[in-house]
Amino acid sequence: MPLALLKYGLRNDYPATSHFSESADLKDHYDVVIIGAGGHGAAIAYYLARYHGISNIALLDKGYLGGGNTARNTAVIRSNYLTEEGVRFYRESVQLFRGLSNELGYNIMMEDRGQLTLAHSDAAIRSFRWRAEVNRRLGVRSELIDRQSIRELVPNLRVTDDSRFPILAGLWHADGATARHDAVVWGYARGACQRGVELHQLTEVQSVEVTDGAVKSVLTNRGRVGCGCVVQAVAGMSSVVARLAGIRLPIHTFPLQAMVTQPYKPVLTPLVSSPHLHVYVQQTSRGEFVLGGGSDPYALYNTRSTLEQKESLASAILELFPFLSQAKVLRQWAGITDMTPDYSPIMGLSSVKNYYLDAGWGTWGFKATPICGKTMASLVATGRVPELIRPFELERFYRFEQVNEAGATAASH
Amino acid sequence: MKILICPLNGPRNISEFTYGGEYHPLADPQKSNDRAWADYVFFHDNHAGIVIEWWCHTASSYWFLAERDTRTDNVVRTFPASELATSDGRS
Repeated sequence: MPLALLKYGLRNDYPATSHFSESADLKDHYDVVIIGAGGHGAAIAYYLARYHGISNIALLDKGYLGGGNTARNTAVIRSNYLTEEGVRFYRESVQLFRGLSNELGYNIMMEDRGQLTLAHSDAAIRSFRWRAEVNRRLGVRSELIDRQSIRELVPNLRVTDDSRFPILAGLWHADGATARHDAVVWGYARGACQRGVELHQLTEVQSVEVTDGAVKSVLTNRGRVGCGCVVQAVAGMSSVVARLAGIRLPIHTFPLQAMVTQPYKPVLTPLVSSPHLHVYVQQTSRGEFVLGGGSDPYALYNTRSTLEQKESLASAILELFPFLSQAKVLRQWAGITDMTPDYSPIMGLSSVKNYYLDAGWGTWGFKATPICGKTMASLVATGRVPELIRPFELERFYRFEQVNEAGATAASH
Repeated sequence: MKILICPLNGPRNISEFTYGGEYHPLADPQKSNDRAWADYVFFHDNHAGIVIEWWCHTASSYWFLAERDTRTDNVVRTFPASELATSDGRS
């Protein structure tokens, strides 16, 4: 890619090529129908087309490409989880992210910033120590750091004794990073479309037809489409879409609200989060501070915002960065999160033959985009569940083998 | 501030309440096998639409039921759990 970029930069004109093919009529049959053209759906299509030679794929979305939670997340990439299953999975994802701009020939604006999680209690320090040990054993860079190291890493952070919940220690995760979330889905979708995948926007799946326990076709607002198999990747609507195929999921759906301030000069390099104060923050390369927090206190399929949640975000961030008291909020929004009981995703086979689940992505979906695409594509192409995602299958709830990551979220939900 | 009408205490700010999740009848622990019990504990209908769910007025520890639209956040009605109690007294 660097050479191509140099060549492009030396030209006199800068021709722009269209990323995606015009959406033609739907065909009668596809080998694979992917419901949901977000980061995950586009990534699955990309890996199927590039590495498994399957390109007769329809990538369907009721809205537009990357218009759901791919556009609404706060673009945090990290692998400092608590369980071995979780750490292995997200570690692979971080590695794929590092090479993704070259893989796609498309700049995803990956920035290795490091991520700092703050402890305000002894209990939090104990859990950080636990996470750091699990991480280190699996080759993920995490360490418990003291207040002086925190001050050096983030000079603007208020590390004093006179605050309501003084910062006691931190979990420093050097592998933490951020990237342009839109670029990730655009890059994957472009790569998929170049290899023959059809992107159909404004195409809503209204019912799923199952015969003899296997999926045969989907009915959309643009007609019936026969299919060899279906992958659902519809974060925020997982329960609703799965029910079309007769599948019940262990999910509760909550909004998560976020907001962004006016731009400042660069003053904050790492991503900072405080599970105790229910807030996480990063400064984007544009200079804006992006703030996210805990989920809403009750279930809802709606991206409305509430003053209470915004007030709680604002008061939490002022505990950490008092200089933001003068900041103006530029934009605010909400995403819809599918929360599972153990804060891990649901990936793999379902009770319906040839109907694959990529669901339960709660507040941890963006960071898993590349590895999710790679492993789900492998599952679809070979029919075998990759070892990396076997712990996340739906059946784990019937075996009482949950993968508990509730202690490793950036903000308690 | 959104107002929720508690059947015991009348209209109150929604911040005074705790959400208790969707209502579904208690599975019989004596008769349920492991699979049925897992189904009861972990799995949910999670409907997008009007649902019945548990709420608690935190200050008075009073649990009751609400009918609420999970697409619009519009509360249709709230009522005491006794309305849905089974003959053996369970809700």
